Amino acid sequence: MIGLNHYLILSGILFTIGLIGVLRRRNLLMLFFSTEIMLNAANVAFAATSNFYHDLSGQMFAFFVVAIAASEVAIGLGLLILVYKKENTLDLDDLASMKG
Amino acid sequence: MFEQIAFYFFSVLTIGLFLVTVFSKNVLYAMSALASGMVVIAGFFFMVGADFLGVVQLIVYVGAVMALYAFGMMFFNVTKDLKEKTTSNIWILIVAVTVALLMILMFAGAINPDAIYASLPMSYKMNNPEAVGMALFTKYLVPFEVAAIMLLIAMIGGIILAGKKMDTSLTNIEDEVLQQKDAK
Repeated sequence: MIGLNHYLILSGILFTIGLIGVLRRRNLLMLFFSTEIMLNAANVAFAATSNFYHDLSGQMFAFFVVAIAASEVAIGLGLLILVYKKENTLDLDDLASMKG
Repeated sequence: MFEQIAFYFFSVLTIGLFLVTVFSKNVLYAMSALASGMVVIAGFFFMVGADFLGVVQLIVYVGAVMALYAFGMMFFNVTKDLKEKTTSNIWILIVAVTVALLMILMFAGAINPDAIYASLPMSYKMNNPEAVGMALFTKYLVPFEVAAIMLLIAMIGGIILAGKKMDTSLTNIEDEVLQQKDAK
């Protein structure tokens, strides 16, 4: 029988994968992808908790997470396009302009 | 039985696809793997009975967000592989797992599972989309409207940010820069 713990462990694994991506990648676009993975991991945990406690609030939170992710992508991609037009690269090491 | 098979099948699929997303050198592969991972996540939502959330996941994430990324791809050069200076993998793994475990301890340690009660209990008279609609337009009406305004602001911001100098194409700019370099 699949219980709440199974879903929470899966959510933790997915979140860790996203966190590894954020720490490891140097490309801004890849950082955005990793952020999406982390948001999705949180959504899985919300939906599973909502189901196993018979409470609708978890699903409502997941809806607002989806809305926030959508607006984050809209603004973030606009900024990415501006950065790419200006610097012609999305690599964080090339974009770093301060020494240290 | 079928639930177990579905759960483990979906788990292996999502973890594998998201690992491809995180470790792939090619942006297009990463984006395709992310999109398919989102579809499988929607499968999890259907399994836990969150039907409407699953449909929203399919429409908003797979449909809108990934399409937006695909449009963004047209501005970036994605044909060549990424060359990144990556830090040592083992340390990143240790840091990521430690941070995740610490967050779980922080949040799960403070919660007493016996004291949790449903603040918005599911009614067995209504199906899931109906119950979501009832909750969204009564208890969560103000956050819903605020989210609507936030999405409107994000849309305007996205148009203004990405729409600047749309009349000059990136490839033309690169050609001019190349020609200037050749002239020098």
